[in-house]
Order: sequence, then structure tokens, then C-alpha cells
Amino acid sequence: MDIKREDILHLANLSEFTLSDAETDSLGKDLQDIIKYISQLDELDTSTVEPTYQVFEMENVWRDDVILEQDATREELLALTKNEIDNQIKVPKVL
Amino acid sequence: MKIANKKVTAERLVKDALAKAKHFAEYNIFTYLNEEEALKKARKIDARIARGEDVGKLAGVPYALKDNFLSPEGETTASAHILQGFVSPVTATSVAKLEAEGAIMIGRTNMDAFAHGSSTENSYFGPTLNAHDKERVAGGSSGGSAVAVALDIVEFATGTDTGGSIRQPASFNGVYGFKPTYGCISRYGVVAMASSTDCIGFFAKTPEDMDLLMSIASGQDSKDMTTLPDYYNDEVSTELNSSRARVGIIKDFDNESVDPEIREALKTKCDALKSKGHEIVELEMPALKYALAAYYIIVPAEVASNLSRYDGVRYGFRSEKSDDLDALYFNTRSEGFMPENKRRIMIGNFVLSSGFYDAYFLKAAKARTLIVKEYEKAFKKCDYLLTPVSPNPAFKLGEKVNDPVAMYLEDVMSVSLNLAGVPGLAIPAGKTKKGLPIGLQLVGPRRSDKNLIIFSKELI
Repeated sequence: MDIKREDILHLANLSEFTLSDAETDSLGKDLQDIIKYISQLDELDTSTVEPTYQVFEMENVWRDDVILEQDATREELLALTKNEIDNQIKVPKVL
Repeated sequence: MKIANKKVTAERLVKDALAKAKHFAEYNIFTYLNEEEALKKARKIDARIARGEDVGKLAGVPYALKDNFLSPEGETTASAHILQGFVSPVTATSVAKLEAEGAIMIGRTNMDAFAHGSSTENSYFGPTLNAHDKERVAGGSSGGSAVAVALDIVEFATGTDTGGSIRQPASFNGVYGFKPTYGCISRYGVVAMASSTDCIGFFAKTPEDMDLLMSIASGQDSKDMTTLPDYYNDEVSTELNSSRARVGIIKDFDNESVDPEIREALKTKCDALKSKGHEIVELEMPALKYALAAYYIIVPAEVASNLSRYDGVRYGFRSEKSDDLDALYFNTRSEGFMPENKRRIMIGNFVLSSGFYDAYFLKAAKARTLIVKEYEKAFKKCDYLLTPVSPNPAFKLGEKVNDPVAMYLEDVMSVSLNLAGVPGLAIPAGKTKKGLPIGLQLVGPRRSDKNLIIFSKELI
């Protein structure tokens, strides 16, 4: 398939980046090449094959709904930002 | 490896390692040197040795930590701008286990940012140079760790392997590099790349050292629900370690796309195995041809999900020129990610987006089933597989960095192991005429990790 400039800008928006014109051009070419390469899977007949999403041989289990011991305290986590005010993280306006 | 005792102090070992790290500064191996803390720890261990205390199996052994392992010593940046300034309040389980045995981290090693790459050229800190040729790449993504061991700065180094990121740099620099069975070592406290294929492993100089490290770091962890119940230290099955092992070679990989000197090295090792009484079995594994395409769909999809958390709000780098919250997210991510990070996130969002999900992501997940089955079939006919790690020895700096598909093709022989969750050990197998190391990988069925490492002694 052909990747158009608007497709690249749409993907950048989904990915939450803004791209310069030069980046849009070079990523457009790269993505076109990569998609061409990965499209070779079309050669495979997978009509009777089930998908594999993980290889750790286990099934989902439920644990008790209790708070487990945590390695980091609230204070340590808040200390990771330079924008802490009154136990909260300051960000620019939302709306 | 050299372990501290009454004659050789931990302080001496650590001082020597730090001096070597500085001596080889031009290779750009370390993103951080842990001088103060390392020396403090060494002196503590020496004091305990003097008191006759048990100081652990890795007492005073200096090691290098790939920059995507969380620990409070130095910034954990995954060599990415977007994590600059992040000092972790938590410690990765694997790091805690090594340090409990007395190992001492002397520095954090350079890598492709977020482990996206096969050359360590995609690092925010610039490339690491190959230990054997400074004009060539270290391999990647764990390039710094591989070179730190190859130049004998440290006894061992940690790595992560999502598609070859331990085995390929190990082979490019002539050291052992092990990617265990998926789930053998806890991933807790390691920066996530692709959750269904990420593995923690090591660079070391001998199979014995690798075995020791695995016996310490492996095991189930309540903080990582994908860890398997403990099995590494179970007794080695004699069946797999019989004096006559069946070693499979994959005919699909024996063609002109592989460097002739690497094919020759494989042949030499096969002849050596035969002369020791082992059997060489030729196999066809046609599904592996599709592993790279499946990998570059599944992994970017998981990358796009895992890297969506980097938004500049809670930790790491924040772009300060934003008027509102959306602009903060967009500016931080635009400035904070490397081009290869952006490529992978965008490919991931492409293969997951509506209209393309069935054609790409679901198709790749089905191809993955065929690859898993291909390995199961192969291990009915042989005990181990022996293959090249990559089609070429270390390439020149800058040679492939602007051609992502050419760079991805370097992973063509390594990625299928991660999709199938099977272990692989990169072993040194001589050098090319130009003096570049050649690496082969010994591959086994899931949970055969210890057998694999022990059997690799047959290849020395």
C-alpha cells in the first residue's frame, strides 16, 4: 500500500508527536519501506492458524483485591518531578 | 572470574575496573560511572571479609549495568533524552539479586535509546565503538555492555534481549551473550520495550561465569507475573547432556546472504562437534523466513503501547515551552524521542489501527504460532540448534543508520528465538581475516537454559 503524507501526519498525531517537514518526508519514506518489507507475510497461508500473543505458558489468575507492599513511597514518586506543589504535580492548563 | 578475598580486595578490583573504564573513555561505553558508591560498597565488603563473614558468590566483582535497569545509582535513562534526570526510587529484581551476592556496579552502559536498534548508534549519548575496530559499530542494543566485557573492564555486564540485543553485540565483540527462556529472569524494574519478547540476560567471558550468573538471577518473582516457576537450578537432565548430542543446523540460513567466513566458522564448529562424537542434523525451518516481518509488526505494536507512558508529566524530561497539556505531551515526545523511537511507535500505531489490525497485527500473531511450532518440530529431531547470530560481522559506523530495513535485516537470525520464547547463547567462534569476531548461537528448547550453557563448553 502507498503511504501518503496525510497518513504520516495521522500516525504522528496518534503517536502524540509533531513532525517537522523534513521528518515527515524521511519517516514517510522509511515507513513505506518497512511496510513493504512486513507485507511479505501475505505469502503465508494462516487461514487455519490460531494467533499467539504470549509464550509464558500460563493462564490469567486472579489475586485477592488487597494493596500489596510497594517499593516506592508517595513522597519518593512525587520527588521525581520538578513540578510538585502541595503533593500534586503541576501541568499547564488543560482547556 | 576474580572474586574478592583476603588477598585481593574488593577495593582493588573496583579501582582497577574504574581505571580501565576511564582508560577506554573514547569507546563511549558508559553513560555514568558509579565511582563513589562502588568504592563505598567495596570497602564494606572488604571489612566483612576481614571479619570472616560470608560475602556472597560475587563478592566485590565489578560489573556494568545496561542503562535500562532501574536502580538508585545514577540516572536510569535507557540512553534516551526523554528519561534525562530520572533517578529511580526502586531497584530491578535482577540487580537486587546480583548485589545481594556482593557484585558491585561500576557504571551504566550505553545502548540504543529504549533498546531500539542493532548498533548502539541510536543513543542520545552517541555510538559506542566496537572493541576490535573503532571504525565499526558495537552492535546493539546492548553495545556498551558487550564492549565493557570485551575490553576486560568488568567481569560481566547485564543486557536485555528483545530480538537479539544481547546475542548480536556479544558476537560483534567476541564474548558470550545469553538470552534465557522467556520468563526465566524477572523483568521487574527494567524499562519495558516489547513485553511479550523482552528478556534479561548477561555478557560474560566463560560458560562457567554465565552459569553462575544465571543461577543467581533466575527465578520466579511476585513482582513480574510473567516469570516462570523456578527451574534453572534443577538438576541438569542427563538426556540432553549425553556425550552424543544431536545438533541441528538450519539449511535455510546456509546461503549467499550469509558472510562466507561466518558459514566457514559454522562448518568448523560442526566438524569439531562431530569429532567429539556428536551428531549433526540438517534441518529445514521454512517458517523462520517470516520471523523478521512478524517481529517488526509485533514488537513495534508493543513498543507503541509501552512508550505511550512517556508524557513529561511525572518524571524525566519535560518540554517547558508548552501552553497547554496537549502541547506538553506533544512537545515532550517530539523533542524527547530519537528518530528510531518515532519510527517504531508510528509503525506500531499503524499495524494496530482500525482497518490494518487484521492484515498486519493479527497476521503476525498467526505467523508467530507457525514459528513456535517450527521450533517444537525442530527440537523433536535435535537437542540443540547451532546457527550464526547475524549474517555479517560488525559493520561500519554510519553504514546502515539511515536505512532502517537494512538495519532490521541484521536481526534476521536472532528474532525468531524471542517470538518463540526459546533460549539462545551467543558463543565466540573465531575471527574474520580482518580480525572481526564471529559469533554463533546455540539454541535450545524452552527451559533448557542450563543444559545449553553447559553444552557450550563442547564448542570451546
